[in-house]
Amino acid sequence: MTAIPAVDRSVATVPKRSFTGGLSPVNRHDSRGAWLFLAPFGIFYLAFLLGPTIWMLITSFFNTSTVRPGLGSFAGFANYAEMLGRADFWSALWHTIQFTLYTTPPLVILAFIFAVLTNRLGRGQWYFRLAFFLPFILPSATISLIWVFIFTPATGLWASVQSALGITPGAGVLADPNTAMIGIAIATVWWTLGFNFVLYLAGLQEIPRELYEAAAVDGASNWAQIRYITIPMLGRTTTLVILLQIIASLKIFDQVYLMTNGGPGISTQVLLMLVTNTGFTDNRIGAASAASFLLFILIVVIAIIRQLFDRSAARREA
Amino acid sequence: MAMHTRSGLTRRSFLAAGLATAGTVALAGCTSPLAAGLLGVPLNPQLLIFWNLFGGGDGSRMQTMEATYAKAHGPGSLQATVFAWGNPYYSKLTLATVGNKPPDVAISHLTRAKPLYDGDILEPITEADLASVGLSASDFNPKSWAAQRTAGNNIAIPLDTHPLVMFFNQDVCKKAGLIGSDGKLKPLHGMDAFESALAAVSKVTGGTAITSANVSETATPWRVFTTLYHQINGVTPFISDNGSKLTVDEDAFNTVVSRMQSWVKKGWLNNGLDYAGAQTQMFTGKAGFYLEGEWEITTAQSIKGLKFGMVPVPTLYDKPAAQADSHTFVLPRKDRTPEQRKQAMGFIKAMLDQSLTWAKGGHIPAYLPTLNSSAYKALEPQADYAGAAKYAVYDAPAWYGGSGSTFENTVGAQLALAQQRAITPQGALKAIKDQLQVYLNTPSPL
Repeated sequence: MTAIPAVDRSVATVPKRSFTGGLSPVNRHDSRGAWLFLAPFGIFYLAFLLGPTIWMLITSFFNTSTVRPGLGSFAGFANYAEMLGRADFWSALWHTIQFTLYTTPPLVILAFIFAVLTNRLGRGQWYFRLAFFLPFILPSATISLIWVFIFTPATGLWASVQSALGITPGAGVLADPNTAMIGIAIATVWWTLGFNFVLYLAGLQEIPRELYEAAAVDGASNWAQIRYITIPMLGRTTTLVILLQIIASLKIFDQVYLMTNGGPGISTQVLLMLVTNTGFTDNRIGAASAASFLLFILIVVIAIIRQLFDRSAARREA
Repeated sequence: MAMHTRSGLTRRSFLAAGLATAGTVALAGCTSPLAAGLLGVPLNPQLLIFWNLFGGGDGSRMQTMEATYAKAHGPGSLQATVFAWGNPYYSKLTLATVGNKPPDVAISHLTRAKPLYDGDILEPITEADLASVGLSASDFNPKSWAAQRTAGNNIAIPLDTHPLVMFFNQDVCKKAGLIGSDGKLKPLHGMDAFESALAAVSKVTGGTAITSANVSETATPWRVFTTLYHQINGVTPFISDNGSKLTVDEDAFNTVVSRMQSWVKKGWLNNGLDYAGAQTQMFTGKAGFYLEGEWEITTAQSIKGLKFGMVPVPTLYDKPAAQADSHTFVLPRKDRTPEQRKQAMGFIKAMLDQSLTWAKGGHIPAYLPTLNSSAYKALEPQADYAGAAKYAVYDAPAWYGGSGSTFENTVGAQLALAQQRAITPQGALKAIKDQLQVYLNTPSPL
């Protein structure tokens, strides 16, 4: 959907229960009730996530039309071959990666810095927590309106600041193919920073104070404390934040659609927009499914890498 | 345990009872939005839902026309929704119809109505429908009426024709000696006459003579190219067979594009200007002519102290031609009672009756009673270019074609680059062929 990372289970520090062999009697007794409670969610999951995913995989092998019932004629791998041979597919993929590269480092580093700074405050912490988190609760349409206004040529906030400083404002950040993606990235960073910030803050508050006290007694400077205590102790949070952020960035759509609609030209067109245009403008659900599936594979690969990363990190800890 | 069970039961039965009550209330009042949504019944049977894509001057004129209808039929008789034009509008119309929630009446460009009809999105309009509100085929401009006929059916009722025209700056043209004794632009037909006019204007402005948007703009380059291309005798459509064959006449393509490049080289035609910039040049007297659709009349009229006129694009080659499209009324596919059908047709008729209001925005009425009226003939400068509707050239039908479509975007982008002289005519044609390949090879999904 957007660059909002989904909350992940592993964020919680609840110790994992080891599943060795069959279920315990308690579990067996509970399982019926558990299924019953899971059913409402399960049905939604099946109807709106698993079902469409399977349908997507099937239609990607057919010339399925948006306006006609049924699957249409069998296409084999033609849709995939078409997508892999299309210049705009690769440019959309590159723009998606470009966005990921622009947003992930600032979203991780800034969130970390702001969390460390906020954590040092004795009083008024609530204000900063609120201030950083507030943009995150706004919908993407609101964010886009705010930033489109800021980047409006000649009359926008940014242009006003520029003219106040004696610089002649140009055509606007979003009007130039070279800077449009940067503009979208800035808006996104401002918007979603709060989420990572909260994750880091929670992580920080779990680091035992004694470590810092001991370090202070040993004469470690503030920087040394951050370098040798805070950063290593937040290692797991950082891995999580980075990977969630990458996955979320790959699914970028809202801001691009609302702020530039892929323009100027197709210079900010991202993969999900290509999918939307193919599926709903060209009415080619089959080809759009193939493009979605390629993106799906990409995200799964990254998720697997994350899993492997996690596992090796856990092994190192053990 | 026992207590838990009991309290659980009572809570459950309480909730069930509550839900049942709420459900009964909701379903009893069939006009409630919830029930309407769940059961798919119209919220208010009197209400006519109309979708359109008009912004700017067109938007406010359409609102005036809608207000007249709403006044005549009482409050709650019309709900008009405006969407951003181009591909997003047609995607919404398609998905709403496929999802069984279409508007009662919608606006569509004529060239976009064809793919919609092919995709089973539109209902044909019968002679009986027309007759039910006192209309017949002979009430419409024969050119646009013939253009909407598809497979023997009427698929759309044209409201107007909107061709590419030539705007001119009265003061600049007067200095260039191009204004006749009647205060109108002298005819500039034929390449030699036109080019000497460009040279004369260029002398007055000290540079550009004619402007046409080609930066961040793909539709205008396409409109200008198509207009000139179809002025050449015997050219084939750019694409044919519903977009499966590229049939552009390559010699004619080269002739037109290299001629335009030669104008740029001489400094007569702008190298690179965006939509607003191209207008401003002519409005401020830095150019004498400006090529764009007639709808820009509203903008031109809003410029204080600007004296301008509008004429059909001069015939530079063998015969007159003007790229054009029409705004039309279409009936998206849905279950309609005979009364609802009549109501939709009544709305269309009410809009057609106000064609004169619409014509003030530059569009040439398709409705002959208005087109032939003395009131329209007295409209200046509208009447000066109304003849262009007779030789309007509509984009060839294609499932990815029409106004604001993928086809226009692809071809127009290359033509824009050719005007910037960034690529040769051959280079443009090659890029067009490459980029359209996917679409040419893909069978229509409609």
